[in-house]
Amino acid sequence: MKRRFVETIALALLRGTALAVLLATALLLGSIVKGGLGVITWEFLATEPTQGMTHGGIFPAIFGTVCITLLMIVMALPLGVCAAIYMVEYAGNSALARVIRASVNNLAGVPSIVFGLFGVGFFILFLGRSIDRVRGGGLLFGQPAMLWAAATLAVLVLPVIIVNTAEALNAVPRSHREASFALGATRWQTVSRVVLPQARAGILTGSILSISRGAGETAPILFTGCAYFLPRLPIAHLGIPFTGLSLPMVNPLDQFMELSYHIFIMATQSTDATLTRPIQYGTTLVLVALTFLLNLAAISLRVRYRRGLEAR
Amino acid sequence: MSSENALEPVEKVDAAPRPAPAPAVRTRSRRSRFGEALIETLLRLNGLIAIAAISLIFVFLFKEGIQAFRTIPASHFIQSQELDFDNVPQTVRLWQPVGQNPKYSLLPLFLGSFLVALPATLIATLFGVACGVYLAEVAGKRTREIVKPAIELLAGVPSVVIGFFCLATLATLLQNLLHTTFRLNAMVGALGVSLVIVPVIATMTDDALRAVPGFLREGAHALGANNWETITRVVIPAGASGLVAAILLGMGRALGETMIVLMATGNAAQVTLNPFDSVRTMTATIAAELGSVPQGGEQYRALFLVGALLFTLTFIINLVAELAVARMRRRLAL
Amino acid sequence: MSRRGIAAAGLVLAAGMAGLTFAMASGDTITVKGSDTMVILGQRWAEEYMKERKDVTVQVTGGGSGTGIAALINGTTTLANSSRPIKAEEKDAAKKNGIDVVEIKTAMDALAIVVNAANPIDHLTLKQVGMIYSGYTNNWKQVGGPDKKIIRYSRESSSGTYAYLKENVLNNRDYAADVQTMPGTSAVAEAVAKDPNAIGYGGVAYFATNPKLKILKVAKDEKSQPISPLNADGRPNFEVMWSQTYPISRYLYVYSPGQPKGAAREYLDWILGPRGQEIVEKVEYVPMPGHAAQAASN
Repeated sequence: MKRRFVETIALALLRGTALAVLLATALLLGSIVKGGLGVITWEFLATEPTQGMTHGGIFPAIFGTVCITLLMIVMALPLGVCAAIYMVEYAGNSALARVIRASVNNLAGVPSIVFGLFGVGFFILFLGRSIDRVRGGGLLFGQPAMLWAAATLAVLVLPVIIVNTAEALNAVPRSHREASFALGATRWQTVSRVVLPQARAGILTGSILSISRGAGETAPILFTGCAYFLPRLPIAHLGIPFTGLSLPMVNPLDQFMELSYHIFIMATQSTDATLTRPIQYGTTLVLVALTFLLNLAAISLRVRYRRGLEAR
Repeated sequence: MSSENALEPVEKVDAAPRPAPAPAVRTRSRRSRFGEALIETLLRLNGLIAIAAISLIFVFLFKEGIQAFRTIPASHFIQSQELDFDNVPQTVRLWQPVGQNPKYSLLPLFLGSFLVALPATLIATLFGVACGVYLAEVAGKRTREIVKPAIELLAGVPSVVIGFFCLATLATLLQNLLHTTFRLNAMVGALGVSLVIVPVIATMTDDALRAVPGFLREGAHALGANNWETITRVVIPAGASGLVAAILLGMGRALGETMIVLMATGNAAQVTLNPFDSVRTMTATIAAELGSVPQGGEQYRALFLVGALLFTLTFIINLVAELAVARMRRRLAL
Repeated sequence: MSRRGIAAAGLVLAAGMAGLTFAMASGDTITVKGSDTMVILGQRWAEEYMKERKDVTVQVTGGGSGTGIAALINGTTTLANSSRPIKAEEKDAAKKNGIDVVEIKTAMDALAIVVNAANPIDHLTLKQVGMIYSGYTNNWKQVGGPDKKIIRYSRESSSGTYAYLKENVLNNRDYAADVQTMPGTSAVAEAVAKDPNAIGYGGVAYFATNPKLKILKVAKDEKSQPISPLNADGRPNFEVMWSQTYPISRYLYVYSPGQPKGAAREYLDWILGPRGQEIVEKVEYVPMPGHAAQAASN
């Protein structure tokens, strides 16, 4: 009797804890929605900040966030996927594979501000200044820019991509590879034509999760490229030779406004914390909605993918 | 298909286009072997990128950080001398890098980080392990499909949002509730940080417990144990290393958290053990000061040293966690 | 879209950006970094100037006077805003990088000492402020208030305001260990507004319109009359600043690497002209005496 009593209480407590966590999440998101919903208008999303950032919208921040996450994923995806392919398909369980695995795990545990330090010390000061020295002619690469901020974020999300890709590759049954070899394919042909296509969903999940992570991180981009007030978008025109036309392109050497950074400075360094409170909530809501949608997409993809695998 | 003869005429009706090389029993053409080797090398270079990244971070942090010792005597990183109000020299442990007599004591920062990370890890362990146990052992399939994604969604909330929530809502709430002296203190930061690491601990606990083989549970039930007794006396001990790893990783994450502590702890560099005092963590110090230092200056190097210290701490914690996971895998391989 | 299509698009994007970076000249962009005290002003100047001059872009970042001057020394900014004069060692560091720093006074500011509106204290002497912030005075009753612990809020060490207070009011003593540092003056304002026992400081513009805050009158010493930086109508009192009767008024500087030329020079001329100084007033700072400041070089 006593044992059953203890069990009932214990299980109820467990359920209660899970409920408490869900409740805390709901409260957190609820307070943001409550504070920010009234602020979201088309104008808020599509115009730039005005009057000392107390009015107007956050379009430059949204645009900057989109640009930097795209640039980040362009850098991180090929490197991460290839690294995962090497780890899973080629390296087996060799000492090198174990070291790579350990490095990936450690990279995943590095604090985000340390990435910021690395971004400043390595990308901007070392790489950037070296490029400028080789180029001659003044400081262009050796200063905070979207390129370096994206590179810093790329290093940060690398473990996410590698882990998700490795998981996806491992999920492909061994028999498929063995059949491919039996048919005379080389290892690379097996990987590229048999294994990778089946791992597509997992790789996509990893990309979406890393985009969500990249959009939400603030510490790595604090010093590597964000600007407080830059209503002009980071676009420049690339002249197309022989045609006299020019194509508007995102300028990776520019600084940019960004959603998570905007939340931080609006909350702490804005011109008037009371007046800008609605903007703070609005920006927060936009960022939360963005990451929420991305994570939802990734999770549902993963669920559907796993169900598909089990069905096979 | 297996009795191909490479000498046979090329026009063979074949459903799938065959690649140029001969069947597996023959040796491959030199070109294809070279192509394969090239691809493998390229992939290997990519594989090394994680190693390269971690090594570069290590190198660049320590390269700059070590230089701090050039102008700052090692003892100053613990304490230094300053005149008190009666102009008598006194030992102080302060972090005040700007001024005529800059002080670089790491003690308040180190204590500050732990004063936030330890309560956060404690709270998060309580809630996170309970959630993980719930998900792995108690929740039905349907409930699990709702609760697990919900926890993953919490994991996806950016830390700056949680920091904003702490600053705008939680801090005042807590002060009204507990009448603390400092509205922004380590506890507010710890609560915010715990929101970040509960999903980490919960997910890892869930994974660790699910890895415990089913026959252990079945055996316990066969011996008459009820659900709760099975959990506490069989499953959790079996997955203990995984749980330890989860908690350690959670603490590592708590130590590394920046935005929440920057916004919510008050950033006062004091040596204190009272979690309701305002503190300054290592991460917040770097975030607050790095943007304003001239490169190569003394404070700049000191900040890199703080970063190196932080990196070393989290590195060690992660290493121990990995060893724990490896141990768990070995024990459960049975 | 097929994966090849996405890959191709990504490559085109990357190639375009690469081509762009190498083809680029620096263009007419003026980067301004530095003082958080000045960032409202700097940002407003930028906004209005860009309305008049569509061909110029002014990009403003805060972070503290130290940030701006550091950026000037590192060569990563066109102009630096600072709420304190540049230090000798900073000038030397700049010279080592081949930069000759030129100082331009562009506006004035009153440093306000604020407490929560519920605090009965009305004025303090400079010495009392210094003793509070350096940790000598820890309870409000020691300066004539209620028996409560004083909760001190400050700016980060990168702030010119922090440095100015340390030098001129704390007489180079350290701030007390339990002084909480906030990342920006509006965070200081908010913190003091929410805490009845708090004290804070910052440019008067951040506090003037907040009903939850009280700006204290400051007396130079025990014998002097406490002066408020505000007029009867709540706007900054220009006379007490220009005459330095209000003991903690200061200049707001813009530093340039060498004599300003080209786009930067035009911007500075506009700032020191009637339109720029009008904005200074609008943002509740103090325009230069007589609006007729000349660029001072040293």
